[in-house]
Amino acid sequence: MEPELSSIVPQPPNKSRIWTIWKVAIILGIVTALEFAVALQLPETFKPFKIWLFVGMTFIKAGYIIGEFMHLAHEKKTLMWTIMLPCVFVLWLLAALLIQADAIYNAIYY
Amino acid sequence: MANSVSINSDQNNLWRGGVEPFKASYGKLMMWFFLISDAFTFSTFLIAYGVIRYKHPAYEGILEDFSFSQSYWPVPEKVFDAAPFMHGVELPLVFVGIMTFVLILSSVTMVLAVEAGHRMDRAGVEKWMVWTIIGGITFLSCQAWEWTHFIVGTDYGGKLLDGSIFYGANLQTNQYGPPDFAAFFFFITGFHGFHVFSGVAINFLIFYQATVGILEKRGHYEMVEKVGLYWHFVDLVWVFVFTFFYLI
Repeated sequence: MEPELSSIVPQPPNKSRIWTIWKVAIILGIVTALEFAVALQLPETFKPFKIWLFVGMTFIKAGYIIGEFMHLAHEKKTLMWTIMLPCVFVLWLLAALLIQADAIYNAIYY
Repeated sequence: MANSVSINSDQNNLWRGGVEPFKASYGKLMMWFFLISDAFTFSTFLIAYGVIRYKHPAYEGILEDFSFSQSYWPVPEKVFDAAPFMHGVELPLVFVGIMTFVLILSSVTMVLAVEAGHRMDRAGVEKWMVWTIIGGITFLSCQAWEWTHFIVGTDYGGKLLDGSIFYGANLQTNQYGPPDFAAFFFFITGFHGFHVFSGVAINFLIFYQATVGILEKRGHYEMVEKVGLYWHFVDLVWVFVFTFFYLI
């Protein structure tokens, strides 16, 4: 359409960045496969252990997605903390409401 | 006093504009703030799920003998054990696992599109955006199948409290367990699915802008980065939904 546009020559691929992307992709794939294996292979007697394992693996995946894919680990540290710190409130809500739920359960069934 | 007003008024003055506070552009910063608020919304959904699940009795018996009942919360891997073209075959979590991989892969192609954008590589941006859009549409199609299966129900159905057999699920009744279970399934995966849908729509818009050369004329591909942030967030939410809804 516009002749001067086609004159823009793309720079060569950033090999190390692309390799990092695929490395993170492989890690995410492996962790998901592990979650799968734990869900189906580990017997139910390990239920609390399984739950913590799932939570741990989820946070590993979340860390890689936020840090590398969303590039937050390479932004300014102030930006990183501005984004991460408010999430503390989520943990607070989780703790508060699960304690509450336990009380509701006890009130109904005991 | 006279000594303290020695700040010069050149362009580097942090408080007079011209400097990006976090070395991030306005648009990217606002996308981040929007994503935080969206993260809070999804958190409340998942935490509410946790609360309601916690206040219902859990299934205590052996997993092999599990059957649907209104009196305890169902085991997710016994509910989501179907896959297309595999009628009657028990494949716990296989289909939802495939969906997870599809979404992760589409996230990977999205970062590759962002990387191509940094290099002003229009063909690269186009190629990787197309793959991202295809990944998103695949995920949505899978979810459509999953919803259909959930709503239509299994061959045997499940017994309701009044003793009748019910097939499938809606917002009032479901064969899999307490009504809240189906309600949360619809709301959480539905809210996430709608995010995926809008993500695909926005990705398509940016793909179109890249294709007709709007972004190249602008001199940078930052829009790809911004929609990329949103798309990764959608993937991130699915990681949490997968764990807290399907695995635990």
